[in-house]
Amino acid sequence: MSTTIGAPGGNHEAPDLLGMVESARDGYGDALADDAMEAYYAEANKITSEVVDAQGRHQGLSFDRRLDRILTSRIWGFPAMILLLWGVLWLTVAGANVPSAMLATLTMEHGYNLLHAAANFLGAPGWLSGFLIDGVYLGAAWVFSVMLPPMAIFFPLFTMLEDFGYLPRVAFNLDRLFHKAGAHGKQALSMMMGLGCNAAGIVSTRIIDSPRERLIAILTNNFSICNGRWPTLILIGTIFLGALAPAGLGSLVAATSVVATCLLGVAFTFLVSAVLSRTVLRGETSTFSLELPPYRPPRIMQTLYTSLIDRTLLVLWRALIMAAPAGGIIWLISNITVADQSIAAHLIAFLSPAGWLLGLNGVILLAYVVAIPANEIIIPTILMLTLTIAIKDPSLAGMAQAGVMTEFADGNLVRRILTAGGWTTLTGINLMLFCLLHNPCSTTILTIWKETRSAKWTALATLLPLLLGIAVCATIAALVRLTS
Amino acid sequence: MQPLIQTENPTPVGATTLDRLALHQAGRILALGLEGAERRRLLDLGFVPGARIEVELENPLGNPRAFRVLGGVVALRTEQAARITIALENPAS
Amino acid sequence: MTPNSLPASAPAPVQPVAQPANQPAAHGACATCVHARHDALRRLGVRAEAADFVVALLGNPNTGKSTVFNALTGLRQHVGNWPGKTVSRAEGAFETDGKKYRIVDLPGCYSLCSSSHHEEIARDFILFGGPDVTVVVVDATRLERNLVIVLQTLEITGRVVVALNLMDEAKRRGLSVDARALSRRLGIPVVPMAARHGKGIDDLLAAIVSVATGAYETNPHRVHYGNGRLTARLEPIMRQLEQLFPGLPNTRWVALRLLDKDHSMIQAVREGTLGNIEAMTARVMPRLDTDALQDDQPALVPEERS
Repeated sequence: MSTTIGAPGGNHEAPDLLGMVESARDGYGDALADDAMEAYYAEANKITSEVVDAQGRHQGLSFDRRLDRILTSRIWGFPAMILLLWGVLWLTVAGANVPSAMLATLTMEHGYNLLHAAANFLGAPGWLSGFLIDGVYLGAAWVFSVMLPPMAIFFPLFTMLEDFGYLPRVAFNLDRLFHKAGAHGKQALSMMMGLGCNAAGIVSTRIIDSPRERLIAILTNNFSICNGRWPTLILIGTIFLGALAPAGLGSLVAATSVVATCLLGVAFTFLVSAVLSRTVLRGETSTFSLELPPYRPPRIMQTLYTSLIDRTLLVLWRALIMAAPAGGIIWLISNITVADQSIAAHLIAFLSPAGWLLGLNGVILLAYVVAIPANEIIIPTILMLTLTIAIKDPSLAGMAQAGVMTEFADGNLVRRILTAGGWTTLTGINLMLFCLLHNPCSTTILTIWKETRSAKWTALATLLPLLLGIAVCATIAALVRLTS
Repeated sequence: MQPLIQTENPTPVGATTLDRLALHQAGRILALGLEGAERRRLLDLGFVPGARIEVELENPLGNPRAFRVLGGVVALRTEQAARITIALENPAS
Repeated sequence: MTPNSLPASAPAPVQPVAQPANQPAAHGACATCVHARHDALRRLGVRAEAADFVVALLGNPNTGKSTVFNALTGLRQHVGNWPGKTVSRAEGAFETDGKKYRIVDLPGCYSLCSSSHHEEIARDFILFGGPDVTVVVVDATRLERNLVIVLQTLEITGRVVVALNLMDEAKRRGLSVDARALSRRLGIPVVPMAARHGKGIDDLLAAIVSVATGAYETNPHRVHYGNGRLTARLEPIMRQLEQLFPGLPNTRWVALRLLDKDHSMIQAVREGTLGNIEAMTARVMPRLDTDALQDDQPALVPEERS
């Protein structure tokens, strides 16, 4: 392809041209470009009047307009948002129980026994089958059975709301609050994208033009519970808070506790945004203009497909490739003994005082260290560590040893395991809070670095939620202990 | 040629600003009293002088409001709407 | 040989690509009919290396641009319903009639005249990235506002196809849009579509092919700025540009962008690279690379504290 059109002219002539442009702007400035814009609109108007026949346009209010008047109304605007969130989570909690239990039976009873039988048949050494089956395989199996069902329900539902066009309405409803917090109204959109994945949420802050407001959005994105954290909240909410409720109301209470945690995250988003915009990120608030696109009926099959491929399987795959090595590491640190105790036991003992202070325990803190690469594996890590190290109950420990892992996704058994590990309702509540408030996963931290190119802001985005989590958990633990 | 889009914001008789329109009231845009990128953004979104505009929605807290203009619905905060001069469509109402 | 000279026995297209009346008769139906195009289409996903033609996909947010992109490439990029969903660029490819088309999904933008990051990317790609065809996806229900970006694109390049999307929605609302009249008016192919339901994809493909191969000679409509102050100030700049960069195809647009203090344009004039497509492409392309888009970004610095 020949590419040069004429001679490049020469740079010495450029100043003439630019000077000419400068003097042409004299007295008019940007108004000249406005004239062009005006010409485009005048032409667009003329053409439209020639080619569009609006004779048949429906009079009266369309479905879209009626719906918008409800979803943004003074009375129903906010309740509708909370009700939709609650509905999505309740369907997730209620719907995930049975398939979770089935998958657990399949992978942890049948699959697990089959693998051990195969290992025995092949005469594999105990350390090898222990590492591979009790470590790597079990870690992956936990992730698979605990995470797949809730994700397969939650993501399609959330995606349908997104495709329907509800998200801009939420941004519209919440703008006043973001404005008061000194942030941009479109932060609501990046906040909601963060509910899927914080790394994606941080990339989506690009829709905010002002660097100051974009930084606020980046620094607070971690308060949106990402898909790596939903399963933890759902499981702990189910077995520690749902179980407190009378039978039949369990899933309602569990969903409510998860919604409450999510709303607390929104409250922290506003609070921290307000503090940032009044301290390190002071400045002018920029303007806000947001188009509310027409609603589009979600296409069920397409949504199921894309949310299964794009989100569920991707997240699951990420969790599995993180969980498998983590499972191996857990098995290793649980089985390599140094000075009469396993490495894991040493680490847990070392972390226990800090865990106690936070109303958590050493196992949870160790799990959070192991799970820095991905939040998805917190629960599996906690369960594996609790089973192999922290449980003194011989019947449960025996179960773990013998590999009788049936019904592990059954809330009661998980609860029994955790209670045997010394867990209380306080541990459950504080784990939910710590799940909301802790450092972002490594992928998110890397994304923050890529988007900000600043070590300072990346460090702040990493440490801020962690320090808040420590403060909140320690305060609640102290209050509970003082009052009981 | 007389510029249709005026940077200054003279409010002619019978004109008002967009923030003063009641919900579902309509008018025609006379001028944008905004500069630079902000002005350009609003022009892009269809806030052009001569265009019919209607207050379509009010958020639960009363601000921002969304306006129907050139077939789209666009939300603006009150302080931005205050810079847009409007001729009322039916001054009687 | 034009890939569009198809057998006369082929069935009539269901939704013909609207054809401007001022086209030579020889191009008539043959240039744009679309039979069996579907069978010839090979969706290549992201395998876009060594393409014969580059197609840019442009349009306002929420016009179904990503849906059109997915339909053409067979990719399943997630389609959201909120403005700003596509913040970075996506790329894919398809093959038809033995020619490979690389297709670049540009970030959604309302206009080519604004200074936001996305709009700059889209504008620079169309001007400097040298796409063979630019498809502007247009919302039939909001035609007036959507036409602005079409008219602006026609200032830069004549090789444009309008994908008149959401025709089903327009019909539902009682609007009837005459695609043939619009095509006549703009001098480019206009393809009525309902991309969400897979309608019009074949016709769009045929229109892209015919514009890319030159089988369809467009006759792009240019807006008149009137005889006011703008034209008076543009003309001397345009003359100077023609002297400095002979053969530059879109001097009025370049002059307008200079008047509007467009940074990349001013820089191109300073460096003397404006007329040199190779140099401009070399400068623009790395910025458009999805990863480089992130890596290339300067540190995010908040504005002066007040």
